[in-house]
Amino acid sequence: MADDVLSIEGLHKSFGGLKVIDDVGFAVKRGSRTALIGPNGAGKTTVFNLLTGVYPVDGGTMVLDGRDITRVPAKDRVIFGMSRSFQNIRLMPHLSTVENVMLGQHARARRLGDLLYPLGFRPRNRWATAAKEALEEAGLETYPGQVVANLPYGVQKRIEVVRAMVSQPRLLLLDEPAAGLNQVEAQQLLALLEKVSESGVTLLVVEHDMHFVHNLCDHVAVLNFGKKIFEGTPAEVNDDPLVREAYLGSDTSMAGRGAAEGAADAS
Amino acid sequence: MSGYLESQLIILCLNVIYAYGIFLPAASGQLNLGAAGFITIGAYASAWFNASGVPMYLAIPAAMVFAATIGFVIAFPILRTRGVYMVLATFAFAEVVAGLIINLEFLGAAAGYPVDSHADYLVVVPVTILVVLLCFFLMSTRLGLAMRSIHDDEAVATLFGVDVRLAKVAAFTLGAALMSLGGALYAHHYNYIETQTFNVLVSIYILLYVLLGGTQTAWGPLVGAAFFTIVPEALRQIATASGQAWIAESRFIFFGAIIVLMMVFRPEGLVTRTLIDRIAMPFGGRSGPAPAPGAA
Repeated sequence: MADDVLSIEGLHKSFGGLKVIDDVGFAVKRGSRTALIGPNGAGKTTVFNLLTGVYPVDGGTMVLDGRDITRVPAKDRVIFGMSRSFQNIRLMPHLSTVENVMLGQHARARRLGDLLYPLGFRPRNRWATAAKEALEEAGLETYPGQVVANLPYGVQKRIEVVRAMVSQPRLLLLDEPAAGLNQVEAQQLLALLEKVSESGVTLLVVEHDMHFVHNLCDHVAVLNFGKKIFEGTPAEVNDDPLVREAYLGSDTSMAGRGAAEGAADAS
Repeated sequence: MSGYLESQLIILCLNVIYAYGIFLPAASGQLNLGAAGFITIGAYASAWFNASGVPMYLAIPAAMVFAATIGFVIAFPILRTRGVYMVLATFAFAEVVAGLIINLEFLGAAAGYPVDSHADYLVVVPVTILVVLLCFFLMSTRLGLAMRSIHDDEAVATLFGVDVRLAKVAAFTLGAALMSLGGALYAHHYNYIETQTFNVLVSIYILLYVLLGGTQTAWGPLVGAAFFTIVPEALRQIATASGQAWIAESRFIFFGAIIVLMMVFRPEGLVTRTLIDRIAMPFGGRSGPAPAPGAA
């Protein structure tokens, strides 16, 4: 479909005898904020790793913005308009904030002339200026020259989003963006992601925090044991019997609505 | 310039060039213990070209191209190995080079090989300065940024579009070219070479200069090589001047102790990124892309 920025069909992945992803298919509408949720070990991060090319797929196709990326090498996929953040922060600890963001620009600067451009000798070059502007827009202008290893966790999480954004993706993959953040930090991140979404970038979010999902997302896909068990709006997801069973087990005496929400939040 | 100072200056220059040859791969996370191999190739290649009638200023670049080609070819199998296995693979390469040359009669075999043209400090010093400037430039480019990113997290660098293998091969090959340049200058300065000069101890020392100097910035190999060349000599001078022979005799004990202390207190090297930032702060930011907070 023309207005799907990403469509996945019949995705398979096994590690040894373990089927981690078993015939998963879903589509992400352009401009949507889609959440991918599921209990621990459901295969959510594996879907991200297959999408970005960290692992090769065993079967199925992935189409990004009309182009089949299933066999494209990992280093080239970012050029097709997809970028991601990570479950555990993976900024480069020995680089400064601005340098980390400039790494995000790499996909747009791979010609020899760009590779040999002396970023460091000319502090006001266009790459550094663009990186600083991106940080300012995200409200992170206070830390440009600092090595990121010493910055607060919530700030590092937002720098990861900025780094992913400067590659100018059409689809932004966020792997548990709110994990480990306190209330204030989660609010700041939410504000940043809403700004990103309003700029026309589609969001695909893996997240455990259901409040965060309710606040941010307009569409939810649920995975359990490598299979998609539900797709719909955030309002519907708590009422779905299969989703409840996935989070709580099949003992119906436990499956009150409040308990379902509580378990989803806690996991 | 006195003969003694000149000889020390030459040793310092050669060590700095060797150190940058090891630094380039090290900055992208590869430990190369094959310095002696590339130095040997550079020295013998330039000497042989020179003996065949090629003037020195052409023989040295030709030797660099030759060594870089070998570096490029062996980079592919060697870069498949990691960590201590890469150390062993590069060490083995250096041993193979030494083993080959000691059996090649036309290169003098075990008897050593005399070199025709002479290069004095007026050649060696400017070339060294050029090498230092080139490496500072390289580390400031986007390629340098990519190399430092690979050092920190290869997988993430890949996902942001960095061609990790290309960057690693480029660093290894350029490093090979620089070490062969150092080797060629050695050959033309001393006008006599033998394989035993470039033994495994040379490789170990050069890797030490780089690791203890620091691999995060281009200052590391310069400071490391200078420190390890000057301090032992300075200790010897102090001993001679003060008439305390025991200092000269036990200077390597002091020296070893300094190395151990550095590893304890500066595990990421003498010069780190944070240290450069701290020094640059009062002047409104380092030469890098990032001004100090408050200055912006």
